[in-house]
Amino acid sequence: MARVDVRKTYKLYIGGKFPRSESGRSYAVVSQGRSQSFLANAAQGSRKDVRDAVVAARGAFAGWSGATAYNRGQVLYRVAEVLEGRREQFVADVIASEGVTRPRAERLVDAAIDRWVWYAGWPDKLAQVLGNLNPVAGPYFNLSAPEPTGVVGILAPQRSSLLGLISVIAPAIVSGNTVVVLTSEDRPLPAVTLSEVLATSDVPGGVVNIVTGRTAELAPWLASHHDVNAIDLTGAANAADVDWAALEASAAGTVKRVLRPAGDGPDAVEPDFAPAPSLRRMRAFLETKTVWHPKGT
Amino acid sequence: MSALSNRSLRTWLHGLPAVDQVGAEARAAALGTRSIKTTSKAWAIDTAISMIDLTTLEGSDTPGKVRNLCAKAMLPDRADPSTPRVAAICVYNDMVTVAREALGDSGINVAAVTTAFPSGRASLPVKLLDTQDAVTAGADEIDMVIDRGAFLSGDYRTVFDQIAAVKEVCRSNPDRADAHLKVILETGELATYDNVRRASWLAMLAGADFIKTSTGKISPAATLPVILVMLEAVRDWRGLTGAMVGVKPAGGIRTTKDAVKHLVTVNETAGPDWLTPQWFRFGASSLLTDLLLQRQKLRTGAYSGSDYVTED
Repeated sequence: MARVDVRKTYKLYIGGKFPRSESGRSYAVVSQGRSQSFLANAAQGSRKDVRDAVVAARGAFAGWSGATAYNRGQVLYRVAEVLEGRREQFVADVIASEGVTRPRAERLVDAAIDRWVWYAGWPDKLAQVLGNLNPVAGPYFNLSAPEPTGVVGILAPQRSSLLGLISVIAPAIVSGNTVVVLTSEDRPLPAVTLSEVLATSDVPGGVVNIVTGRTAELAPWLASHHDVNAIDLTGAANAADVDWAALEASAAGTVKRVLRPAGDGPDAVEPDFAPAPSLRRMRAFLETKTVWHPKGT
Repeated sequence: MSALSNRSLRTWLHGLPAVDQVGAEARAAALGTRSIKTTSKAWAIDTAISMIDLTTLEGSDTPGKVRNLCAKAMLPDRADPSTPRVAAICVYNDMVTVAREALGDSGINVAAVTTAFPSGRASLPVKLLDTQDAVTAGADEIDMVIDRGAFLSGDYRTVFDQIAAVKEVCRSNPDRADAHLKVILETGELATYDNVRRASWLAMLAGADFIKTSTGKISPAATLPVILVMLEAVRDWRGLTGAMVGVKPAGGIRTTKDAVKHLVTVNETAGPDWLTPQWFRFGASSLLTDLLLQRQKLRTGAYSGSDYVTED
């Protein structure tokens, strides 16, 4: 007897919970490639979902940034363990979302998990690499140390649905930031699966909040939000009707840190996420605190 | 007064129609789903701000904290002087002098909680002296708690007499207008809606100017069905006597959405006459923060954050 399809209608991931969109909307996600077959319904987030996500991220910031770097590293490594356990599901998601062959999808998933592991090693090393004992002309220790910027809004890459997604989320949360992620509009399924991974690992609720929906509708609310401290515009490249320069101008209203998309002006392009990453993305969402401490006596 | 016995009060209060619990909860839930947008929302936010009794009732209150709160009451949003002021500051009675001094002639009232707040477990002379203190120090409003123990054991006469006696003290400062008496029913301890209705009527019979849900020290505090029952009581009281009595929910109202739900319930139950700070108040502290954030959102078009309002 033929089995009845288990059709999926996914929800958002906000504050460690899976709420429906406040708007009640959802949209059909179809597979890439020639067939364009129906995959699932994703929640179509609204500006109020973005608002709720920012509130959740702000609420989680004190705890996550206050955790010891060593602890953050452990928590992130645990995520990699759970990712590994879901490997097959991610491979299926990537095949459907990106229209690639199975071997290619397997390579992408492996690279994504390896990348997460790589970033999981960084929390307790950032301060050593990016901090410094500064020479000063006086009887003082002068120390500079990196601190997280705060709540980071992330426009996830439109095309690289898993490797790209992980390559933008992980570097932001390594240092203690909390994030609100607007997923790829047409390829949100790996992000939805990632939210299930995060919910079942040890990452505190609210550290990563994932909103699916129309990038052009949601991004301006994130860019203008007064309680968002930085915004990553990587996903503005190849997004329908998104003008990243306008988003940057809007973000300037509250002096947000802005990570521009690669490429020039309207020709913004999505970077190739395959090469080994640098410190750039981690460094983009850090503030340097410098302390003068009297020496001797 | 002398004809008033516990028995006659009991007969009368228990003769009140029983509250349909399921109906009251369904009605409150239905009123909570009303969608209030744009200009109506702006009006509701401003009205709600002007109805707030900005409250600090902690053992750790200091004169400095009370003065801070007073400054916030007079100018809730520094970035926007058009923001309405709150109705009153609500403090313990030893802070009344500090608040009175800080508020000056701003027109913002000082409310004091008395009668052995929050438990109300003290003898009548102590409660009266507590109230006298606040009235002498210049409190415009007195928030008293009823003796829930007496109420629950059916000793309505004691509750009635205590309210009436406190009311007398409220009138005792010859230099000032009579202090308004708000009677806290502490509905979280009354167990049933029927008891809420009886306590509301009892307080009004004894001379309350306001009936207030809770101390804010007990959970559950102000819930919408409870407010609904109390609003029905003041509506019916007006029908019977022609006099209006105010209602004040307190405790647990933290978001603009909550506040708007309450305003809708007021309008639909007691009527629009109650939609002024004179007849409806919110006992709250963090509610003001959320109202200001929402107000800023309407003004600027962008969502605001906690960096843009003063923290208590």
